[in-house]
Amino acid sequence: MRKVFAIILLGIFGFYILSTILLLDFGKRSNNVGQHYLETTVQETGSVNSVTAIIVSYRGFDTLGEVTVLFLAATGLGGILYDKKGKKRKLQHASLIVRVTSQIIYPLIILLGVYVFVHGHLTPGGGFQGGAIIATGVLMMFMSYRTFETNHTILSWIESIAGLTFVTIGFTGLMLGHTFLENFLSLGTPNTLVSAGIIPIIYTAVGFKVGAELTALLDNMLKTIK
Amino acid sequence: MIWLPVFVFVLCVVLIAAAIFAVIQKDLMLAVIGTGIVSVILSALFLILQAPDVALTEAAIGIALTTIIFIITLKKTKRYEE
Repeated sequence: MRKVFAIILLGIFGFYILSTILLLDFGKRSNNVGQHYLETTVQETGSVNSVTAIIVSYRGFDTLGEVTVLFLAATGLGGILYDKKGKKRKLQHASLIVRVTSQIIYPLIILLGVYVFVHGHLTPGGGFQGGAIIATGVLMMFMSYRTFETNHTILSWIESIAGLTFVTIGFTGLMLGHTFLENFLSLGTPNTLVSAGIIPIIYTAVGFKVGAELTALLDNMLKTIK
Repeated sequence: MIWLPVFVFVLCVVLIAAAIFAVIQKDLMLAVIGTGIVSVILSALFLILQAPDVALTEAAIGIALTTIIFIITLKKTKRYEE
């Protein structure tokens, strides 16, 4: 009975996917939104990278939602795994080569992460990518030095201030202009570091927030194993 | 770039093989490595398809963070699937 039900369900699922695929003509543009973005982002937002312009400016509210989802996920995980005693990790350090190499590479990885989110409006990448790269660097230090520790108080302060910056800029746009997250600063000349109004500020905030969140998440998880 | 289609084809074949390996493998540590390989190849494919933003995300989150989080979870639970 269950198998019959599963086959019927799969059939319905397959039918709808097939009909959707048959409706699309591949190689033809079905709407003009993409073309509009490509043509007008530089004049409207001052951002050369149109992906960033869409994520932060046109769809900025969705990005706020995404950041909130990540925050809730990290908070939930911390709540489940929180251990007051904070077990000391007893495993030994990694080998000498790994330790020395990671000590040299660690600041460079952090620098790369900061570069990626500061230049979000000029080059590919942005807050989420930069934050994830920073978290990867900290993870490498966690892996090679068993005594490496992060300060949770500072991490949560960074996270709160970054989140507040995002929301404050959104409400400032609402007060000075017409909509939430409206670009109230001057757009500047495209292709320079200080341009595109609020986009670099928001992406810097998102980068700090994502980096701090993922680092705290990894630290919470690593503390649970001996 | 006459060899690019061949390169992409080989990558896709390895991608599918690694994905199937990750699903059928009983040793979950090896399955995690399989998903890591899927992420590496996906990242390369995103770069070839001119989506560097997605490639960056896939490289940082898919290859490093997800793999490590899975391995930590395996340390807390059981390594072998019954």
